[in-house]
Amino acid sequence: MDKQDQKTHVGKWPQNCKLASIEPEHLRNVIVRKEKLAPTVTLVEVRAPLVARSAKPGQFVIVWPHEKSERIPLTISDRNPETGTITLVFQEVGRTTIELGQRQVGEEIASVAGPLGNPTEIELYGSAVVVAGGVGAAIAMPIAKALKEIGNNLVVILGARERALVILEDYMRAISDQLIITTDDGSYGRKGVVTEPLQELVSAQKVDFVFTAGPLPMMKAVAQVTKPHGIKTIASLDAIMIDGTGMCGGCRVTVGNKTLFTCVDGPDFDAHLVDWDELQARKSFYFDEEKAQLKTIAGNKQ
Amino acid sequence: MAKGGTRNPMPKLPPEIRIRSFEEVALGFNEEQAIDEAERCLGCKNKPCVYGCPVNIDIPEFIRLIREANPVAAARVIKKTNALPAICGRVCPQKEQCEKVCVLAKKSEAVAIGALERFAADQEAKHSNPAEPPKPENPELCKYCVAVVGSGPAGLTAASDLARTGYSVTIFEALHKTGGVLRYGIPEFRLPRHILDREVDYVRSLGVKILTDVVIGKAVGVKDLLNEGFEAVFIGTGAGTPKFLGIPGENLSGIYSGNEWLTRINLMRAHEIDYATPIKVPKRACVIGAGNTAMDCARTALRLGAKEVTIVYRRSRAEMPARAEEIENAEEEGVRFQLLTNPKRFLGNERGAVEAIECSRMELGEADESGRRRPIPVPNSEFRIECDTVIVALGQNPNPLIRMTTPELDTEPWGGIIVDPRTGMTSIPGVFAGGDVVTGEATVIAAMGAGKIAAAGIDSYIRQKHNLII
Ligand SMILES: Cc1cc2nc3c(=O)[nH]c(=O)nc-3n(C[C@H](O)[C@H](O)[C@H](O)COP(=O)(O)OP(=O)(O)OC[C@H]3O[C@@H](n4cnc5c(N)ncnc54)[C@H](O)[C@@H]3O)c2cc1C
Ligand SMILES: Cc1cc2nc3c(=O)[nH]c(=O)nc-3n(C[C@H](O)[C@H](O)[C@H](O)COP(=O)(O)OP(=O)(O)OC[C@H]3O[C@@H](n4cnc5c(N)ncnc54)[C@H](O)[C@@H]3O)c2cc1C
Ligand code: SF4
Ligand code: SF4
Ligand code: FES
Repeated sequence: MDKQDQKTHVGKWPQNCKLASIEPEHLRNVIVRKEKLAPTVTLVEVRAPLVARSAKPGQFVIVWPHEKSERIPLTISDRNPETGTITLVFQEVGRTTIELGQRQVGEEIASVAGPLGNPTEIELYGSAVVVAGGVGAAIAMPIAKALKEIGNNLVVILGARERALVILEDYMRAISDQLIITTDDGSYGRKGVVTEPLQELVSAQKVDFVFTAGPLPMMKAVAQVTKPHGIKTIASLDAIMIDGTGMCGGCRVTVGNKTLFTCVDGPDFDAHLVDWDELQARKSFYFDEEKAQLKTIAGNKQ
Repeated sequence: MAKGGTRNPMPKLPPEIRIRSFEEVALGFNEEQAIDEAERCLGCKNKPCVYGCPVNIDIPEFIRLIREANPVAAARVIKKTNALPAICGRVCPQKEQCEKVCVLAKKSEAVAIGALERFAADQEAKHSNPAEPPKPENPELCKYCVAVVGSGPAGLTAASDLARTGYSVTIFEALHKTGGVLRYGIPEFRLPRHILDREVDYVRSLGVKILTDVVIGKAVGVKDLLNEGFEAVFIGTGAGTPKFLGIPGENLSGIYSGNEWLTRINLMRAHEIDYATPIKVPKRACVIGAGNTAMDCARTALRLGAKEVTIVYRRSRAEMPARAEEIENAEEEGVRFQLLTNPKRFLGNERGAVEAIECSRMELGEADESGRRRPIPVPNSEFRIECDTVIVALGQNPNPLIRMTTPELDTEPWGGIIVDPRTGMTSIPGVFAGGDVVTGEATVIAAMGAGKIAAAGIDSYIRQKHNLII
């Protein structure tokens, strides 16, 4: 582990320091803040000064928590160039995210590389709707903020399975003109799925732009709602990645009959052109192996 | 053995043992074999072999030192022009380079130059103290900083030459580990990790600073480097983007690029149970292509436990571009060769995973621009190959990240960065490039040669810029 061998004086990289004088220890990815947003959703603020200074909404990092981890992509939900930190919000769904959630403030993540992918194109569309499901709220958070800041009328629809899993509600309420919450079991907000209020919105008023992030079936359903209305719809895709730099081709998706790499050509794509079924198949390919990995978590905390 | 006698074969692990592990296959000469092999060298006055080596190692001289039982001195001779001899001795396509032009090759068999080079390097590592690194030639130059992008052979070589001259060098590497293809591509059974680590440690010991996880062009632009303290930049980002066939069904699951397959295993160690990155052990794997990458993928699949591994190649045996030795090794290990066969489409099952390749048979026609006979499909010859894993190993294009974010950089239509071949300088003053990112996928030694040229180019650029006469 190239970075961890170095002796430390953590985090003293002065802001206006020239790149030529950075030392490896200045780039150590120490967790400075941690919050549980929901039972399985964790927010960490982590030092990553080079990422923090150049990240834009829609970009992601590749995180490699420790020597035996997988490299996984996580969206940069927020950044602070002054403190040299970025915010990641993740759902604990498997070995790597669970292990990441076990890390405490002051501990280190072996590697955080980015910002990767293309920033979301933020324009003044007029009326914009952000549809996010589950942890997709974290992915949508910087996009929603940027859409509002540029002057769009913004509706945010947040969906979750149940009340406890609704995250970032206050944040979204503060930046949007209207916030709609749905839960599958009706324990909070409207009972049902996000596409229902979306369907009503697009039928009742002019919607110029939709951004969606969340579980794949949800994004696919959102695309089906907006397509007949010809509404420009952008989805943030979560293909399986390794390097995030265009080197492995594992993240390829078919968009409009063309093969593209999610990490360098995306992660945002025209939701009406994505081959959703292919993406779903590629994403679930390692289901058995991932399940088996859960057994290795205990005692493997480095 | 007398001058010119028969060549000593490379001792190797027997195939049935080696396919069960990632142990190095070629074991290297022992002292006796090395001296015996060294005695074959004629010490030719005109040294044709030296001109066959892209970095012009003084081959007869280092072989003479091995003959005199002084491999450490031999290694020093090699290291004058080649900072990574333990690596080149193992992976160079010697049969196309130094050994091709060895005078003995005409009569019988060339001197085993690569094997001797490896012997010298390994002996040096064994016998000398972790060599106190050479002092910089010009310590005053340390106030000038140079950025090197990428830690593959091109970057490592440029960095070590510049550090030895006296510059302060920082390597920026996008991945979490160093070495480029040497780590994520070439498997351990050809290049053990401790050899690579040793070479990287040597580069570090020269004072080179290595920052991993920094993606240049994304976190930091090339121009930012120049504006924030670096006098010059060397781009050695390699040819990282895999080529695909562009035929139907190629995005089915179970179809990997060579890079993805090898990275999962070599870098992420997916085959080791306590490492998190997943991989599926193939029952029947097909590897498309016949270069070094294809052989590496096929042999790796065998070691993972695949029942059957087939190389599918559209030309014939004679045109296969991999190192001859690796083709032989693959064959010994039981890799099958389905030659003169071209995939037309991939067929999937109901879960979207590959289950067969539809191929057509080919025959060879006239020679094409590359001088190789062009494969032509035989009409109505379609047939299926059943498989649950496909690895597409057709080579790589230069990675687009730097090109996309540095519009001033002149590039070829296929993506290669354009440089002045004498200095390695690109269209941006102070920005140099070399290795696969300039040539497209080539060889380790060619990348190192390019790193050397650029290091010299950077040295004279900085001296001129600052009117230095040291
Ligand atoms: C561009 C991008 C941005 C993302 N942003 C976020 C985010 O902000 N918050 C968040 O919670 N999740 C995000 N994800 C999804 C996140 O990467 C996965 O949840 C995570 O990789 C799961 O890893 P695991 O080992 O914990 O789970 P596993 O048990 O390994 O996998 C669970 C599921 O996650 C997916 N997955 C597994 N490995 C990878 C991988 N290497 N790359 C991508 N997906 C994988 C698979 O579909 C798998 O079925 C993002 C994905 C992408 C591509
Ligand atoms: C599987 C395989 C087997 C091979 N076998 C042989 C062999 O037997 N013999 C032989 O001579 N050659 C072989 N080759 C070819 C040889 O490995 C390459 O020609 C050589 O590695 C090129 O060196 P390089 O330094 O130019 O690039 P690379 O080795 O590709 O290194 C480039 C480095 O730059 C990093 N990088 C890329 N983009 C960025 C960025 N934006 N910012 C920061 N870092 C970045 C990459 O992560 C990588 O570490 C093989 C290649 C492969 C793929
Ligand atoms: S570096 Fe390669 S080409 Fe040169 S002598 Fe060694 S093996 Fe031969
Ligand atoms: S050409 Fe062959 S025999 Fe002659 S010096 Fe070189 S290695 Fe020795
Ligand atoms: S993650 Fe490897 S190419 Fe996109």
